[in-house]
Amino acid sequence: MADLTRLTAAELAGRIHAREVSAVEVAQAHLDRIAAVDPAVHAFLHVDAEGALAAARAVDETLAAGRPPASPLAGVPLALKDVFTTEGVPTTCGSKILDGWLPPYDATVTRRLKQAGIVVLGKTNMDEFAMGSSTENSAYGPTRNPWNPERIPGGSGGGSAAALAAFQAPLAIGTDTGGSIRQPGAVTGTVGVKPTYGGVSRYGLVAFSSSLDQGGPCARTVLDAALLHEVIGGHDPLDSTSIDAPVPPVVAAARQGAAGDLSGVRVGVVTELDGEGYQPGVLSAFHAAVEQLRALGAEVVKVSCPHFDYGLSAYYLIAPSECSSNLARFDAMRYGLREGDDGTHSAEEVMTLTREAGFGPEVKRRIMLGTYALSAGYYDAYYGQAQKVRTLIARDFAAAYEKVDVLVSPTTPTTAFRIGEKVDDPLAMYRSDLCTIPANLAGNAAMSVPCGLAEEDGLPVGLQIMAPTMQDHRMYRVAAAYEVARDAAEGGPLIHRVPELPATVGRGVEEVAR
Amino acid sequence: MTATAELMDFADVVERFDPVLGLEVHVELSTATKMFCGCANAFGAEPNTQVCPTCLGLPGSLPVVNGTAVESAIRIGLALNCEIAQWCRFARKNYFYPDMPKNFQTSQYDEPIAVNGHLDVVLEDGAVFRVGIERAHMEEDTGKSLHVGGATGRIRGAEHSLLDYNRAGVPLIEIVTKPIVGAGERAPEVARAYVTALRDLLRALRVSDVRMDQGSLRCDANVSLMPTGSTEFGTRTETKNVNSLRSVERAVRYEMCRQAAVLAAGEKIVQETRHFDEATGSTSPGRRKETAEDYRYFPEPDLVPIAPSREWVEQLRTTLPELPWERRKRAQEQWGLSDAELRDLVNAGALELVAETVEAGAAPGEARSWWVSYLAQQANTRGVELADLPITPEQVARVVTLVAEGTLTNKLARQVVDGVLDGEGGPDEVVEKRGLKVVSDDSALLAAVDEALAANPDVAEKIRGGKVAAAGAIVGAVMKATKGQADAKRVRELILERCAQ
Repeated sequence: MADLTRLTAAELAGRIHAREVSAVEVAQAHLDRIAAVDPAVHAFLHVDAEGALAAARAVDETLAAGRPPASPLAGVPLALKDVFTTEGVPTTCGSKILDGWLPPYDATVTRRLKQAGIVVLGKTNMDEFAMGSSTENSAYGPTRNPWNPERIPGGSGGGSAAALAAFQAPLAIGTDTGGSIRQPGAVTGTVGVKPTYGGVSRYGLVAFSSSLDQGGPCARTVLDAALLHEVIGGHDPLDSTSIDAPVPPVVAAARQGAAGDLSGVRVGVVTELDGEGYQPGVLSAFHAAVEQLRALGAEVVKVSCPHFDYGLSAYYLIAPSECSSNLARFDAMRYGLREGDDGTHSAEEVMTLTREAGFGPEVKRRIMLGTYALSAGYYDAYYGQAQKVRTLIARDFAAAYEKVDVLVSPTTPTTAFRIGEKVDDPLAMYRSDLCTIPANLAGNAAMSVPCGLAEEDGLPVGLQIMAPTMQDHRMYRVAAAYEVARDAAEGGPLIHRVPELPATVGRGVEEVAR
Repeated sequence: MTATAELMDFADVVERFDPVLGLEVHVELSTATKMFCGCANAFGAEPNTQVCPTCLGLPGSLPVVNGTAVESAIRIGLALNCEIAQWCRFARKNYFYPDMPKNFQTSQYDEPIAVNGHLDVVLEDGAVFRVGIERAHMEEDTGKSLHVGGATGRIRGAEHSLLDYNRAGVPLIEIVTKPIVGAGERAPEVARAYVTALRDLLRALRVSDVRMDQGSLRCDANVSLMPTGSTEFGTRTETKNVNSLRSVERAVRYEMCRQAAVLAAGEKIVQETRHFDEATGSTSPGRRKETAEDYRYFPEPDLVPIAPSREWVEQLRTTLPELPWERRKRAQEQWGLSDAELRDLVNAGALELVAETVEAGAAPGEARSWWVSYLAQQANTRGVELADLPITPEQVARVVTLVAEGTLTNKLARQVVDGVLDGEGGPDEVVEKRGLKVVSDDSALLAAVDEALAANPDVAEKIRGGKVAAAGAIVGAVMKATKGQADAKRVRELILERCAQ
């Protein structure tokens, strides 16, 4: 049954709902695949075989009783980023400070997945508290890129992206604060979507930067991402920043796009996200993709967004500022790690010792940056200025969307770099999110779709497609059209060119689980 | 510095210095649920039973604003003559403390919901002092720490601490005055009168229990002195743990005398938080504030701004009750009370109760007498607020009616009230159950009178001989025989009739 793991979510759902294959068989095939390849990939921090099989069994029972499936994706397995709370299942955010914590509640995203009959296989690796672009900042060791185990899978959602590329799961959930869904999608040759801010509930998403964080779907095809988007999206009264409006019609848009016609669609190429500083193979793949869009009937124009140049700087003030406050709660008083509670230390000392031992260097760096940026006397110069930049970037977007329907750029300046290459150079690491950050700052929608391999290293390149607030369907339409054309030109989906991974025979799921 | 610092005589203090006050009052709103989650907002539950992921600050949890709390905040702002913001936001106040689940308090900073108002405060002698209101803003309460094992109950020296998060997230309104200047020797009195007026106002608005003893109304008193005639404010101290109206007055007075002594000795006031001790009436230094705490305020990104529509604000304005002092004035005129009588009534917390009793048909004088004397004593004995006694104004009115009708004597009426307070039912039910009706049947009384006269022939002889005063002894005997249920006046008449035959 190994071929079950090569199918798309839509195909799997079709077979399960037609009762050609059981959800349990599908779940087991993926659990077996995880057991076989995860020692080499390390996409998962926790595999919940028992919970997954129980969920799959429930779907099978529903179908056997002649009742309709709970959703179009009922029975399909999924890998959940370890930043969403799962009741009774470990949630670490890639940090030692949450080691052993069993949340007493489900995130809204988790709840909606369960209600939709989606089978959650486990929790995926990530940069600690979603801070990073390589998953090297995980306290539990790095995830490897299935395209090349010496390369990073992107970050912070490297685990979710690698799980897709390693065929451990056909669907995954990520979160995107500055590119943590799109950049891993780009460097693993998978699809990653950051919905409009407020489009997917943040309730139960452990916050890094509240005004930027956005959960979203990850998949190997545009349609699968759209199907998942409709499951997790929509208003949630528990999240005050959630938008009270229907989910944009992304599935319909993906199906429309797959017909292959983009006539009448105006595509803007962002001039600031092109040229110098980009890997040549990335640029050539990107330019070829733009030509492809033109060939599909789109009208392509160049658009300038001058303030995007300040995006990275503004981001590295706003995100650390918010994180310095969001992460203050990890103080050893109520949950998680507790260091030095031996009767000789005061509560304040226990807090300090715990935070010293529990947070990794990148998290500490950002907490210090943010604490400084919010300090009396510095607020206006740093946080205040950054918020103004944010407004200017939003205006650039607004002006651009007067002229075009979607904007495009490369998702990342380079393909996947080597593990260890940038760990000592935070600024070089931060540049990985150069192209993705503007959409977070403005709060509008953006996604990455695979656009070929770079000629110099044979690694995947991502095409970023951006759309206005709550116009997520526009980018799905363009992405789906592009995907069909690219697959036709390449003679099949790019993802099927991932090299075969070394399988570990005879190791059970339990041993893989942390 | 010791807790019992040198004090300057108050008369000298006001001779040499002008006090400047700033009062910060925290009010816990009596909403059904907490500020940002659906947990119950009730005092006195088992520790850590009214909690959820949000008020425990669990990872991933998010706040949702309580609409009723916003409504209360706006009504308070309007009652304090404030401008209600067209648009306001919450902000995070960042500092670490174990009883604060998120290690930041969701509060309001530079964009409060209500600003720039005033409260006119009536002093003992009827003088009116206008206290400026700087702002009123919304925030959440913290949890409670119980420090075990130390001598003081404070964190220093404690063996361990217990944390109760039931209070975490309870809606608070913080009301901050503008600097109160020009009160001079009346500063302590103004402080007390302000907090009293605020309490009465909040009670009339029905937004809070305003129980200082339970912490639902808390006052921090900022005090500084400047040399008489100066306009430059001196260094201030902030006194906390001021848990009663009387303490507000005492704390301000103590700080004025203490600071004056320090300044007169040529020393400087240390900017600090001070702790008021009810037992000694003195303040002692707490946390030093010289290195001003940096709370790193920034707008709360988990909440959206609040923009109350003008229609809503105006609609809320129509829900404002009659202001307490206007209410008092009206009652005084209607019921023809002297200033002293009004003061007693207000101090007993009986004004509304009397009004409701009058409304239920009792004469104002009778209604007032019941609440201010007998029922006030009962409340005192039982250790409850007058309003919390288990008797309604309607029931008091019924007792008054029964007395007026002659069904009860005053003495019997008190027994009926006792029965109601003891849960034996309404007044009529108690009369019935206890058999407390006045014996007005003359034949029953006559039998008792005859019996008493027969038992005391010498007294009967004296009465017959014209010594009418001697009838008292027979009255007493009859009353005793009827267990006090006879109308003494009627008994006396019957005795005299019998002896005249």
